[in-house]
Formats: sequence, structure tokens, C-alpha cells
Amino acid sequence: MAAHVEGQQHPIGIYLKIWGLLFVLSTASYLVDYFHFQGYLRWFLIILFMLLKAGLIVAVFMHMLWERLAMVYAILVPTVLLMVLLGIGALEADYTFFTRGVFFLKGLF
Amino acid sequence: MAQAIQTSTGQPLPLPQGIQGIVADWSSDQRAFKNVPWGKAMMWIFLLSDTFIFSCFLISYMTVRISTTDPWPNPSEVFGLTLFGKSIPLLLIAIMTFVLISSSGTMAMAVKFGYEKNRKMTFILLLCTAALGATFVGMQAFEWTKLILHEGIRPWGNPLGAAQFGAAFFMITGFHGTHVSIGVIFLLITATKVIRGDLDHERPGFMTGRKGKYEIVEIMGLYWHFVDLVWVFIFAVFYLW
Repeated sequence: MAAHVEGQQHPIGIYLKIWGLLFVLSTASYLVDYFHFQGYLRWFLIILFMLLKAGLIVAVFMHMLWERLAMVYAILVPTVLLMVLLGIGALEADYTFFTRGVFFLKGLF
Repeated sequence: MAQAIQTSTGQPLPLPQGIQGIVADWSSDQRAFKNVPWGKAMMWIFLLSDTFIFSCFLISYMTVRISTTDPWPNPSEVFGLTLFGKSIPLLLIAIMTFVLISSSGTMAMAVKFGYEKNRKMTFILLLCTAALGATFVGMQAFEWTKLILHEGIRPWGNPLGAAQFGAAFFMITGFHGTHVSIGVIFLLITATKVIRGDLDHERPGFMTGRKGKYEIVEIMGLYWHFVDLVWVFIFAVFYLW
């Protein structure tokens, strides 16, 4: 659906529904902590709720759903590059942790 | 055979959709972002750069948290509140999350009423958004006070565990809180413009010769939703990790 020239006009119901959905998702992610879920289950749920909330905000509240693809790609594709930085950061941090383990823990070597 | 090329169509030609649309838009003359006021395109590009700034903070936080050999303070307990003699984990943060999401909802509706040129509703909803934003900042000030005065958390160390906790916490939430505070100020400015009728009468702004239009409400909205968006990520990776 192409955007209107005069601006974004959508029925109010869609905003109220997304608002409600964001409340439900926030409550769900809070309950993950409240019930002390641990390990991979915790991670999976936290990341899932986080991405769902972010997606709803960008798509509906920020009207990305109705923008032309040239605009959507210009904004969303560069953020994918951050995954590279995330990967590098995780690798580097694991290595630092390992070397700290080797040198800080006395009596290991 | 002569082929007539239509040069005057009377109305704009339909824009191609899909991948063809991307190629056509980006290779076209004048501008790549069709149907979008340039102020809105610029706000999106600013938000993209802000995404990279916040990502640098969050990824740096991830690396220090993974690499530290000291135990990380448990956010669930640090940010818990004691209500009626019972301690509830992360309660303050949960309330702050709901406050910010509510402000996003009122903002989205303000944009809708703005394009309908409903001056009064837009004004009221913008004020609600600003009030919720100010509430959020107030709760954050309360949270900082509690952490600094009662828990003894400093950017260079704390009694609970890894020294990096304070640095990451104050940097990330401080930068986000600054964004919220600036947003509240701009919300109040936008609300004033709306209720004065600056946008209906296309009066230029204080520091610009551009005519006032209701698209500034949507541009304001983009910024505000972004602030909420950043909080979604901070809530997940800082408080729930």
C-alpha cells in the first residue's frame, strides 16, 4: 500500500490494538524475570519479546509498514551491519574472559 | 513507425512497487524518498545514526559484562522495590516500561488527529505524551538517587560486584534519559504550535522560514517512538539479562 501524499492516515483502532499488544508483551517479558526462568529458555523468550515489541513499534507506530520500499531499505538494511559488530564484540569478550581466567586465577598454571 | 510519447499526463504517473520501485526511486531525478516530506526523511536518517550510537553503548556493555571475572550485580534485586513489606523484583522498571509505552500510544494517536487537523485532540494527546515522558524521567531520577545514595553505586565501582556495572548503567540510562528529556521539551514546543494554530495557518517557526505543517507532529512522533524503541532494547538486555 503506498503512502498518501498528505501524510499517514489510519483508523485509530490499529493504534489501540498495537498499544494493547505492547502491554501484553511487556507484561510477558516482566513475567520471565518474575518467575525466574533461566538458561536458554530465558534468553529465547527475552529476545523474542524484545524483537516483537521493536517490530510493532517500527512497523505501525512509526508507519514503516506503509512507506515505500526505497525508504524502508535505506533505514533497515544498515542496521543489519550491527550484527557484525555484535559478533566481533562477543568473540573478543569471550577471548578476554578466557585470558583473564588464565592470568588472574592463581594456582591454575 | 512513429510512437507518440505522452509528455503531459495531467497527473503524476503511478510509482512502481516492489524491488522495481526501489531501483526506480533511487535512480530517479530530484529525490530518492518519494511521498515523504524531506523533514521526515532527515529525521529517519538522524534516528539511524542514533541507532548506531545506542548500539555502540549496548554492545560495549555486552563485551564488558561477558569479559568480567567478578560477579555482575543481579539487576532483578538491585532494581526491586519493597511494597507492603514484600520485595518485588524489577517493579520500578516495569512501571517505567508501561509509562513509556503508554506515551508512545498517545503520541501515535496525536499524529493521527494531527493529520485530521483536529487541533484540540492533537494538543491534549501531545500534552499527555509530554506528561508521561516527564513521569518517566522523574522515576529515573528516583532510581538514580536510590542507586547512588543507598546502594553506593559509582561509575568506577560498587559494593555489589563487577566495577563495570555502574559505568554501563549510568552511561546507557543517562543517555536514554537525556533523549527523553529533550523529547519532552520538543513535545511541549510542538503542542504550543498546535494549540496556537501555527500549523493551521502555516506560520513559519521560530528559527526557520518553513511553513508550519502537521507533518511536524509526525516527525516529532518518529523521535518519540524511537526513544521508546531504545528502551525496549535497554529493558531486555540490561535489566532482564
